[in-house]
Amino acid sequence: MLSPIIGSVQPTPHSPAIPAAATSPLVELRGVTCGYGDRIILKDVNLTVPRGAVVAFMGTSGGGKTTVLRLIGRQLGVMSGQVLFDGTDVAGLDRAGLMAMRRRMGMLFQFGALFTDLSVFDNVAFPLREHTDLGEAMVRDLVLMKLNAVGLRGARDLLPSQISGGMSRRVALARAIALDPELIMYDEPFAGLDPISMGVAARLIRELNDALGVTSIVVSHDVDETFSIADHVVFIANGGIAAQGTPDELRRTDDPLVRQFVDAAPDGPVRFHYPAAPVGEDFGLRGSGR
Amino acid sequence: MSGVTTLLSRIGFSVRSSLADIGEATRLLGRLLVLSPVALARFRLVSDQIFFLGNYSLAIISVSGLFVGFVLGLQGYYTLQRYGSSEALGLLVALSLVRELGPVVTALLFAGRAGTALTAEIGLMKSGEQLAAMEMMAVDPVQRVLAPRFLGGLIAMPLLAAVFSAVGILGGWAVGVLLIGVDAGAFWSQMQGGVDVFKDVGNGVIKSMVFGLTVTFVALLQGYFCQPTPEGVARATTRTVVLSSLAVLALDFVLTALMFSI
Amino acid sequence: MQKSRHDLWVGLFVVIGAVALLFLALKAGNLLSLSFEPVYRVSARFDNIGGLKARAAVKSAGVVVGRVTHISFDDKSFQATVEMEMEQRFAFPKDSSVKILTAGLLGEQYLGIEPGAAEKTLLAGDVITQTQSAVVLETLISQFLFNKAADASNAPADKP
Repeated sequence: MLSPIIGSVQPTPHSPAIPAAATSPLVELRGVTCGYGDRIILKDVNLTVPRGAVVAFMGTSGGGKTTVLRLIGRQLGVMSGQVLFDGTDVAGLDRAGLMAMRRRMGMLFQFGALFTDLSVFDNVAFPLREHTDLGEAMVRDLVLMKLNAVGLRGARDLLPSQISGGMSRRVALARAIALDPELIMYDEPFAGLDPISMGVAARLIRELNDALGVTSIVVSHDVDETFSIADHVVFIANGGIAAQGTPDELRRTDDPLVRQFVDAAPDGPVRFHYPAAPVGEDFGLRGSGR
Repeated sequence: MSGVTTLLSRIGFSVRSSLADIGEATRLLGRLLVLSPVALARFRLVSDQIFFLGNYSLAIISVSGLFVGFVLGLQGYYTLQRYGSSEALGLLVALSLVRELGPVVTALLFAGRAGTALTAEIGLMKSGEQLAAMEMMAVDPVQRVLAPRFLGGLIAMPLLAAVFSAVGILGGWAVGVLLIGVDAGAFWSQMQGGVDVFKDVGNGVIKSMVFGLTVTFVALLQGYFCQPTPEGVARATTRTVVLSSLAVLALDFVLTALMFSI
Repeated sequence: MQKSRHDLWVGLFVVIGAVALLFLALKAGNLLSLSFEPVYRVSARFDNIGGLKARAAVKSAGVVVGRVTHISFDDKSFQATVEMEMEQRFAFPKDSSVKILTAGLLGEQYLGIEPGAAEKTLLAGDVITQTQSAVVLETLISQFLFNKAADASNAPADKP
C-alpha cells in the first residue's frame, strides 16, 4: 500500500550539545510531576520511549495521556522532574534550541488542525517553505511524495473544508512528516473515524514507522486498532502509570483497571455512577435505595 | 467582618489579574513591534491582509463618508446661515472631516467591520488548534499570523480615513452647492484658505495611524487570548468592538488636545 | 516572493487612498498656495504685535507676497522683532512701511506692506523702520472714553 517513493529532506541540522547513543531511549520522563494550576495531572512519573518503536499511551479521559505529549514538545512545563528528548532536558533549551528540537518532531492534532485558509498542497508545503530554502520545484516534488505516501496526491488542490475528517487527518499526517522528523506524535488519530479510515490510519502509522525508521507515540482510546500496531503500551491513570507491557501481556493482565478497559466493562475501578447521594434521598423513598 | 475581607480580597484579586492582563498585552504589543520589520520582508502576507482589511472595508467607508458629508452640508448650512456666513460651509465641512470625523468615524467603522473579523479569525484558529500546530512546527504564530495582520491594519486605516474625508467633502459639496445653492467658488476658496496641509490634513493622518494601530492591536489581542470555545470567541469579538471604540475616543481627546491647542 | 491573486486589488486600494490624500492636500488644503519661490529675509520692529502669529501672510494690495517666519522679543528696546521672508520676484522700496491688519472684522491678523518712494530697494537683512502696531481693543476703548470725557469737560464751558 505504501509507495516506495516517500522522499526525504534534511534541513540544516542543529544538533544538541551532546549527541546521545543510538540505543538510548528517544524520550524519557524522570520523576515528572505536572498539572494546570492547582490540579495535578501526573505525579512522579517515570517513562521511556525506545527508538524505532510504536508506543501507545492509553487510559481514562483526562488521565494525562495528552499531557505527556504536551510535555515532550514543551507546550507545558513540568513542576518537578525532567523531560529528556534525545538525552537533552527540554526545559533547559533557549528559544533557538526549542525551535530546532521541534523541527525534529511531528505532531498530529486530534482533528488535523489544518490551516483552513490554505489548500491541501499548501498545508503540506508549509513546513518546507518556512524552514528550508528549497525552490518551488523541489517543494512541489516533496509535497507530492508525502501526499502520495498517505494516498492523497490527487486531492492536492482541495481546501480543508472540502475533505472528510479521515482525509484531513491523513493530510495532517503528510504535513507532520514533511520535514522527516525523528519522532511522530499522534493525538487520538482514530477518534471519530469510520472502520475503513481507521484501518487505513492504523496501517499508515505502522508502515511509516517502519519505512522511515522513526519513533511513534500514539495516544488513543481504541483498544483493538492500537493493540494491533503497538510494540509497547503504557497505561496512564490516577496520575501515574497503572500498567505497561506488550499488547499481549496487557490482554492477559489481572490488573482490574486495565481489565475493565480492555474488556470495555461498564463498571469496575472506574465507576459507572458519578458520586452522588443514595438513590432513596433523591426520589423520596423510605428506607435507603441501592 | 468576613464580608469586608472577602470584598477586599476580591478587589485585590481583580486588580492583580487586571495588572497581569495589562502586562500580557504589553508583552504582545512589544513582540508585534519587534517582529514587524521581519514581517514586512514577507510582503505578500501583509498585502493579503491589506486586501482583507482594506479593500473589503472600502464600500462601507465610502458610503458612510458620503452620508456624513451630506449631513454636514445640511446641518452646517442651517447653522452658518443664521450668522450670514453660509459661504464658510466648505471650510466647516472640510475641517470637521479632516480633523475629527474622518479618523474617528473610520476607526469606529473599522473596529466593527475589520476588528471583529480579525478577532473571530484568530479565535477560531486558536480553537481549531491551528496556532498550537504552528508552534509545534517551530513556526512562531505571532510572527506568521499576527504580525502581517497588524501591519495590514496599520497601513489600511490612514488610507481609509483619507477616502472617508475626501468622499465626505464631495458629499458636502453636492448638498451645499448643487442642492442648496451655496456659491461654488466661495465653497472651495474658503476651504483652501482655511485648511492647512500640515496642521489639519497631516494631523488627521497621524490620528488615523494611531487609531489604526489601536484598533488592530486590540482585535489581535482579544483573538489571541480568548477562550477557544464558541462563547469565548463571541465574548472576544464583543470586547474588541467595545474596547477599541472607547480607546479610539479617549485617544482622540488626548491627540486633539496635543495637536490643536492654541 | 510569490504573486498573490490579491495584488491587483491591493494596488488599486492603495492608489485610491493616495488619490484621496492628494485631493485633501491640494483641493481642500493649501498645499498649492505654498510657494517654492526663492525668498529674502527682512525684519521689522513693533510696539505691539497683537495677535500676529508665525506663518501669517505678508500682503501688499491684498496679494500674498511673503510669510512671517519668526517673532521674538528684544529686551534692549522692549519691542517685538518680526522676521519675514519676502518673495524674491517682488522688490519693495527701502522706505516701505508695514502695518498689522486684520482679515475681516474678527479674523486672523496679517502684515500689510505699503511701498514707499525710495529708489533703493529692500535687500536681505534689512530692517523696516516704518511700522504701525496692531490695534488693541482696550486702547481703543480707553481712547474713546478719554475723548468723550474731554468733550464733556469742554462742553460746559460753552454753555451759559
